[in-house]
Amino acid sequence: MQSLTNRSRVVSKKTMNFWERIYLPAIFGGMWITIKHFFKKKATLRYPEETREFSKVYRGLHVLKRDENGAERCTACGLCAVACPAEAITMVAAERKKDEKGLYREEKYAAIYEINMLRCIFCGLCEEACPKEAIFLTDRITPSNFERENFIYGKDKLVEKIDQRIDVSGRQKHITEKK
Amino acid sequence: MTLALIAKIILVVAIFVLTLAVAAYSTYLERKVAAFLQDRLGPDRAGPWGLLQPLADGVKMFTKEEFIPAASEKFLFILGPGLFILTALMTSAVIPWGPALVIAGEVIALQVADIDIGVLYVLGVVSVGVYGIMIGGWASNNKYSLLGAVRASSQMISYELAMGISVITIVMITGSLSLNEIVGQQAQGTWNVLKQPLGFLIFLVCAFAETNRAPFDLPECETELVGGYHTEYSSMKLGLFLFAEYMNMFISSAMIATLYFGGWHFPYMDKLGLGPNTLAFLGFTVFFLKIVFFIFFYMWVRWTLPRFRYDQLMHLGWKVLIPLALLNMLATGAFSLLF
Repeated sequence: MQSLTNRSRVVSKKTMNFWERIYLPAIFGGMWITIKHFFKKKATLRYPEETREFSKVYRGLHVLKRDENGAERCTACGLCAVACPAEAITMVAAERKKDEKGLYREEKYAAIYEINMLRCIFCGLCEEACPKEAIFLTDRITPSNFERENFIYGKDKLVEKIDQRIDVSGRQKHITEKK
Repeated sequence: MTLALIAKIILVVAIFVLTLAVAAYSTYLERKVAAFLQDRLGPDRAGPWGLLQPLADGVKMFTKEEFIPAASEKFLFILGPGLFILTALMTSAVIPWGPALVIAGEVIALQVADIDIGVLYVLGVVSVGVYGIMIGGWASNNKYSLLGAVRASSQMISYELAMGISVITIVMITGSLSLNEIVGQQAQGTWNVLKQPLGFLIFLVCAFAETNRAPFDLPECETELVGGYHTEYSSMKLGLFLFAEYMNMFISSAMIATLYFGGWHFPYMDKLGLGPNTLAFLGFTVFFLKIVFFIFFYMWVRWTLPRFRYDQLMHLGWKVLIPLALLNMLATGAFSLLF
């Protein structure tokens, strides 16, 4: 069979000669290799201070988007929950009151919207299912936690803050191209 | 006389503190060297560049649960680590740390005890050192500990022979057992490593075996024996064992430097025209640098070579190193007789 890497060696069981048998040249050769690594660039990333560069279409922690007026886009249609292969999304719909027009984009909205981050597999099918461009995956990472309950993210953590909009243009473009 | 006494006491305390400090920072260095050789960064969280890591480790060791197994021999169990660290500390007494100081007209040697059997003293104390491991491993009443202890003692016996014989050649060309004299003669002539390259190699290999460092770390041997002789130890008693290992490394590096690399001597030392005290300081610095290099060398080897199999270890000790050392001794004897 043809070798894929050209790095294969033919194994031979020949007896070692004197220099091979005293091992010292081999030992010094090994030490030369290790000392070269001593001065090489390190692979470690000092995580909280440095972060790895993410791809533009990275699928990380979800965000529930607001529209340009700051109203929530989600209408609690439930398509994301249906699309979710891990069944991580649950929601409870509610009707918008007269004085809540600025808060929600359409008459129906999600009163409760929860994603279980331990179930979520970050596949991005919820984004694709969403007819209102309300849910997106971002380049943020779900932080670790000691309690399982804390991984169920409610609206308080998912909906973007009005003064801290989250850029999802990369994902948005990716999904529209896909569709 | 009182000045000399005070100076000796200061020296003893200084060496004690130095040994502890070097041992503590060797643990840090070990982790850093290991990391760097493997393209990692190593500990860098405690203080700048992780320099407070030994302190954090020490606090951790002290605050861990002190556990003595019910089936163990309590007295010996506690004695083991104590004995090990005691012998590790004792060796430093005969090492000449630098050229003599001159204070107020009195010559003060930078050596705690210039006994005329320095080499024998070191070999003796080192061989007592194995009792710490043996007692600790046996008293644990655990099969892994016992195996580790048995391995340690047989390894020590095997490699002490070759080590002793290679030291004998040094004694033969120096004509003295005093370490001070050995260093002095190297300062006059050439370093012993040039006269005894083979002897140096044998001594080096045996020093690795005596300090239970990789590739001779069979007494610990995590992959086979859990933790070897210190499997049952916890808290600061384990700390003492680990600490003593690094002290042994420090002392054996000092011994290698003393016996083969001229101790505190560096080339053109007497042509600089410096005062004795400056020279003493410089000499000590040079000696210390040599020691640090050998400590680094220990770690470098550890993170390069895999561990020996037990029969390979015995084969190397008895069938290779001892005959080689004997041959080396014979050749040295013949050489000094003929020329």
